[in-house]
Order: sequence, then structure tokens, then C-alpha cells
Amino acid sequence: MARQRTPEGPPPPPAVQKLRIRYAKRGRLRFSSTRDFSRALERALRRAGVPMAFSAGFHPHPLISYANAAPTGTASEAEYLEIRLAERVAPEAVRDALDEALPDGLDVLEVREAAPGALADRLEASEWEVRLRGVRPPQVEPALAAYLALERAETTRVVKSGPRTFDTREPVLDLRVAGVGEDGCAILRMVVRHTTPSVRPDDILTALRAVTGLAPPVPPLVTRLAQGPLRPDRAGVADPLATDEEVVGPEG
Amino acid sequence: MPGESVFPALEPLLEQVSKPIQYVGGELNSTVKPWEVAGDETVRWALMYPDAYEVGVPNQGVMILYEVLNERPDALAERTYAVWPDLEALMREHGVPQFTVDGHRPVGDFDVFGLSFSTELGYTNMLTALDLAGIPLHAADRDDSHPVVVAGGHAAFNPEPVAHFLDAAIIGDGEEAVLAVTDIVGDWKREGRPGGREELLLRLARTGGVYVPRFYDVTYLPDGRIQRVAPNRPGVPWRVSKHTVMDLDAWPYPKQPLVPLAESVHERMSVEIFRGCTRGCRFCQAGMITRPVRERSITGIGEMVEQGLAATGFEEVGLLSLSSADHSEIADVTKGLADRYEGTNTGLSLPSTRVDAFNIDLANELTRNGRRSGLTFAPEGGSERIRKVINKMVSEEDLIRTVAAAYGAGWRQVKLYFMCGLPTETDEDVLQIAELAKKVIETGREVSGRRDIRCTVSIGGFVPKPHTPFQWAAQLGADETDARLEKLRDAIRSDKRYGRSIGFRYHDGKPGVVEGLLSRGDRRVGRVIEAVWRGGGRFDGWSEHFSYDRWVAAAEQALDDEPVDLAWYTTREREESEVLPWDHIDSGLDKEWLWQDWLDALDETEVEDCRWTPCFDCGVCPQMGTEIEIGPTGKTLLPLTVLGSGRERMAEHAH
Repeated sequence: MARQRTPEGPPPPPAVQKLRIRYAKRGRLRFSSTRDFSRALERALRRAGVPMAFSAGFHPHPLISYANAAPTGTASEAEYLEIRLAERVAPEAVRDALDEALPDGLDVLEVREAAPGALADRLEASEWEVRLRGVRPPQVEPALAAYLALERAETTRVVKSGPRTFDTREPVLDLRVAGVGEDGCAILRMVVRHTTPSVRPDDILTALRAVTGLAPPVPPLVTRLAQGPLRPDRAGVADPLATDEEVVGPEG
Repeated sequence: MPGESVFPALEPLLEQVSKPIQYVGGELNSTVKPWEVAGDETVRWALMYPDAYEVGVPNQGVMILYEVLNERPDALAERTYAVWPDLEALMREHGVPQFTVDGHRPVGDFDVFGLSFSTELGYTNMLTALDLAGIPLHAADRDDSHPVVVAGGHAAFNPEPVAHFLDAAIIGDGEEAVLAVTDIVGDWKREGRPGGREELLLRLARTGGVYVPRFYDVTYLPDGRIQRVAPNRPGVPWRVSKHTVMDLDAWPYPKQPLVPLAESVHERMSVEIFRGCTRGCRFCQAGMITRPVRERSITGIGEMVEQGLAATGFEEVGLLSLSSADHSEIADVTKGLADRYEGTNTGLSLPSTRVDAFNIDLANELTRNGRRSGLTFAPEGGSERIRKVINKMVSEEDLIRTVAAAYGAGWRQVKLYFMCGLPTETDEDVLQIAELAKKVIETGREVSGRRDIRCTVSIGGFVPKPHTPFQWAAQLGADETDARLEKLRDAIRSDKRYGRSIGFRYHDGKPGVVEGLLSRGDRRVGRVIEAVWRGGGRFDGWSEHFSYDRWVAAAEQALDDEPVDLAWYTTREREESEVLPWDHIDSGLDKEWLWQDWLDALDETEVEDCRWTPCFDCGVCPQMGTEIEIGPTGKTLLPLTVLGSGRERMAEHAH
């Protein structure tokens, strides 16, 4: 008689180290989705030989947690994730090996030993850059003023459960023309608090269009510049990994 | 400037389409060479798998050709895939041409546009690509500025339905053939392109290994059958030979398999462990046209697995072939690999297995410490009688013994593949499938002592293919196929004792009829393909895009002035004397042997595998100057330290 099979051999070695990783999504790889990235990361970890800790069971998977990934089509200089390892390693060496194993455009910027507490809790807000291709600053400034004068500016986006309508105005802490591109286009900078559902730059632009009629001729280029704990002046964010370094101290 | 990237024009469009990652390239192990890598004489290939990126990118054939061509200093190769209708519409609106995903270069700028057809259902996608590339659809309308359009792959063994769209077709194994074509194109360019396109095609045709349709005239009898296919230029051979690579160990490709960012249909790395099959299943075109069997050695396999995993980081390796358990050293291969990769979370799989208890041992070895969810077997025919007709030498006893071993070893689910519409088949043959499935469940419950084991019956319509003993057979019509499948479904569902334990999956008969038309069609079918494409036909392999009505209407209209129609091409049985559209394509199989095997099928006479019995004179080895290449070599896979290289330099004490 056959019995229920259970995995043979010892359970997988326990995790002994937790690393937090900041990476960038650049150039044409901004078109990669969260799932695309996670597949690429798992393969890169294997190629680089990072001694990952695995879950138990018939289908062990490497212990990786993702936090608040930027949507497909959006570039980012500040994406975060956490990995757990079965052997202690030097974070700098992991940074180099992993960056080399990932395709160009998915670039590992920083690897730090994790401090206690959840990474997700530290990602309170994001700073975004939006290049409005084909729109000049004088066209956009009055529209921003009109939007910022509002108390609420609703938009509707189709999410997994269907269309959902939500306010975009309240989470916007800062919104201004921060520069002009080489082609003369307006470059916006936004500071947006993380909410549920999350308000993304394209939601804000959709609301802006509904309120002011501002419609760029080509889709804008959106880049997340930073995410982290909100600074006390609410005009930007601090480094979410910085505290880790302080807590872990010089012996890390 | 030729070869310039169209990415700046493409990028804004990608914001507006689904899954844009499939169009950006940059896959691990992909290559972008400078356009002038060998100056003006560089031979530039655009390689297309004419289906969606997610289907095309894991294709082994394209991956191999891409790598062998790019290894040559005087050549470059880039890849292109079918774009989905959302991007196609935007590309037309904004004037963006068909592009390669590597350098985003216009396909029309390349010297050779090579298409790999695993299935005939990619023909309409070829027309979309030609049109988007600005290449005239008809070969006759092209001039020296256009790429030479070349087809390969299994469907190219009958290139006639697409003959008007092709400049050339290469039959058989591609890796040596594309290098020979590169030499010819390179010489012609270096000499200053003497005689233009016509001269280049003549040079290719005169090798005897490249089929150039324009150099063959087809004449027809009043009743619509072909009278004769004859070359119309001196030096062009009457028949074109297939290419056969004899030493697989000398061609260990792909060495650097592509790893896409986007999800694909095969999330694993594949190593081809042998090519060809001599089991002699009469329905199987792949088994007939890839003869003889040529094995990769056990050590060659071990090296490819090791290097491929290091180059890709894939977590699973598939050991590919037409019948993987038939490798002469398969037990040593599976044990050796399972030992090597124990504890590394690397999965191994054997995708094509036969109904044989030996396979269960192999599968058990490969899943030593993994989950045992499902195993797949292909008895193909429901009754003992029909299995003799198709030469699938499997008895009911074999099947029951095999599934008993599977359920006994902890497997919970068995999938069984069948075909409907086989020659001489009756309702009774198909209804036997229900009886077989019930016996499988009873056996499974008995040996496992569990009630939750399952069996899934998967069945589709049989399509007769060129270069097989069934090339003369009448295909079963769509309605008749559907009626037979419905009876089978009722027979399976009617018995409450098994109801939930037996799953039933089927493909309706309509796509099979269109596949039948394209498989056994002649040059006149090209008009039907073009009419379907002009009517909006795309992605015919996808049920959500396929339209049977569009094909039926196009066939009626396009063949209106001919004595032939859709039924003539599909449900009509052929006579021995009929000239078949692919008779001038030499697959090595002797037509008389195929006819004899067809008669044996009707007589329910089985024929053994020539690997282990004397030769049956199919004709391939003498005609192609080839022979069976199999082991055993007696070698074994030595233990190996795997995936450890990075750890040393990362360890904390190293810093």
C-alpha cells in the first residue's frame, strides 16, 4: 500500500541573515512587470550562487519578500526587497554578484543588513519625477495650481476586483514643475503618500486631465526617485535603509 | 540608414499595449552585433518564430540557429516574433515596421528573413510580418532590395501552400544548412551581387539542399490532381534533399540558452538528448521525417546541463526528444543527474514518455525529493485494434501495469492522450477509451488505497500529415469528430462510480480541418491563406483568434474556379498513383515503403523499431547516407560540485 509521501531528508537549513536590497528599473526594462522581475531575480540569485534560505515542503522556494513595487512601464531608482540567507555573507559582495547576474537595466544599488521591524512600514511615501513629453511648463503650471486648490479630485482605475473610484488629491503632499527637459518639456516632481488603494502618478495625471483638460500628446515618462519614511517637513522622504545601519552599528 | 533602431518610434507605443516587455529584448544571453560587423559583406539574418513571443522565445530551433549564426564573425542574427493585434494596429498607424527584438532593426533591412514553422497555423502570422516589414507578400514581386524569405521547421516538409510567399525552404536539420546558406550569400555579396536575386536563388537551388519554389512548375490534371512538378531551370534538381546532422555531440547548442524576462510557455532549460525516432507510429510526422535516431552521449548531455544551468539560472531542466526514455543510457543519465543536483533545488523532467513501467522508475528517480503530482502517457488509440493500425505498440495490459506502478509510487494523477478520427476508426474504438479510463481508476484505487486519485483523458482530432503512411488517408470531418467526442464524453460521465475521478478534455474538430488543409495542401491553397489574412486572420493557433467560418468562406471564394475544395484537400482518401504536392521534397522515406506501411496499417499489422530489430527498408539511411547513431557508450556522469562558485567570494570571512 502506498502511503502519503513526505519529503525525505533533513528540513532546509534555517535563515541566519536578512538583507535589504535597493534596486533600480531603468531604460527599456521599465516595461518589466513585478512578476517579470521576480523571475529574473530568482534566476540571478541562482547564477550568482547566493546561499538563499528556502521554505520547506515538496516545492521549496527561496525566501524573498517584495515591498511596494512600481507599476509596469514606470522606471524607478528606489525599489526595495528583502532576502533571507542560509549562510552569512558580506552584503557588498552580494551587491556586486547580484548586479552582475541581473540584466542591464535591473541594477542593484545597495544591499544592507536588515534591522528589526518591517521594511514595508518604512515605505510611507514616494518621490516621483514625471517628464511630460510634448508639454511646456507654462501650459502645465496653471493646471497644477487649479488641481492643488481642490480638496478632492477623484479618479477611477480598473483594479483586480473591477473599477474603483478614489480620491487622488489628499495623498499628494507636493506637486510642482521642477525643471525643463532638453526638449523643452516640463518635468514634474511629486511627493505622494502611500495609501490603499495606492495613488500612482498616472492616477494624478488622469485626475488632472479631468479637472483641467491637460492632455499630453505622448505618454509621460515616470520615474520613482525615492521612497521611504516621510520627512518631518512632508516635502520628501528619508532613506529607508539608513536606520538599519545605525541600529546594526559598526560591527555589521 | 539601414539597420538603424526603430526603438525611439516604438517606445511610446509600448505604453499602450499589453505585456510590453515582450517587445524590448535584452534577454540574458541575447546578442546585438554591430550592423557592419564584417563590413558590407556581413550576412544578416532575421529569424522569426511566427507566433507570440511567449511561445516563440523558448523554441529550441530558433535558439540554436541564432547562436550558431552569431558565432560566425561574418554574420549576425536577430530575432523577431509575431506582434499582437494591439501593437500591429499602432505600428500601422505610426509607420513602425516589423522589427527585431534584439537591435530593434527593421526586418526589411536584413539579407535573409528565416521563418521556423513548427506548425502550419503560423502561416497567417508570416503574412502580417512580411506586410509590416514592407516586403511584398508574393516572392515574384520582390527585388534585390528585399530579404530572401526562407522557411524551415517541420511544416516546411510541405512548403507548397506557402510556395508563392517564399523565396526558399530548407528541409530538415538547420544548424549546418544555415551556415552553408550564409557562405553562398556572403560569396554573392562579395562578388558584387552578380545576376541579382535570381542568380542568388539559383546558386542556392543548385546545391540540391534548398528548395526554391519559383524554379519548379506545377501542372494539374482536369480533375484537380497534380499532373507533374518539374524544375524549369538547368541544374535545379528534380527532388530537394533534407539535411541531417549526424553527430549531435559536435553541435552542443544552445550553449547559452536565452532567458527572457517575460513569462514564456516553457519556464525551463531544455537539452535535446536525441533527435529522430524509429518507433514507427504511423500518425507521427515528427518520427518519420527526423529519422534516423541520433543520440547525444551521456557525457555530452551532462556537460550541456551543467553549462546551461550556469548560464541561465533556470531551476528546471527538461531532457527533450521525441521519446526520451528510449535513449540507450537513459537510466544512467537520470540517476547521474539526480545525484549531481541533489539538494540544489534543481528540477529535472522527461517531457515525452511512453507507456512503459520502466518510465515510472525514471520518473521516480527524477522526483526523488519532489512532489509527485501528475504523469502523462499517450496510448493515442482507445482499442487494441486501433493501436495496431497506428503501430503504437502498447497493450491494455502494458497500460494497466504502468499506471499501477505510477499510483503505487505515490503519483496522484495520470493524464492519458488520445486521438480521434484515426484511419479505420469507428465509434466503438473511441468508446473503448472510457472503458480504459475506468480500469485505470479501479487499478489506481486498488494499489494506492485512496479514493482521491485522478485520471484525465485528453483527446483531439487526428490530422494526416505529409511523409507519413497516413498521408493518403481521409481526414474525419469536423462534425463527425465532434459527434464522436460527444459520445465519448457521455460514456465517461454516465458512470457515477467514476464520474469525478475521470476528467475529460477535448479539442473540437474545426481547427484540425484547417490544419489538415494547410498540411496536405498544394500551391492553390496559398490563395486561401492570403484571403483569410486579408479578412483579418491572425494567430490561428489561438482559439480566441481562430475563426473556422473565415477559413471556410475564404476557401470557397479562393478556390471558386478550381475543381477542388476544402473537403477535397481534407476528407478525401488519395490513391497510390496520385502525385502528392510534397513528392519532390525528399525526406529520405521511400514512397513505396510508406505505401506498404499504409497497407500494413489497414491490415492491422505492426512493425518493430529498427533500433533493436533488422532494417525495414524505410529508405532513409541509404538515401541520405546516414545511419543510426546510438550508444551505449558505457560512460557515467561523475559527481560534480555545482552552483558553489559564487559562495566563496561572498562569504563574510572573505572580506
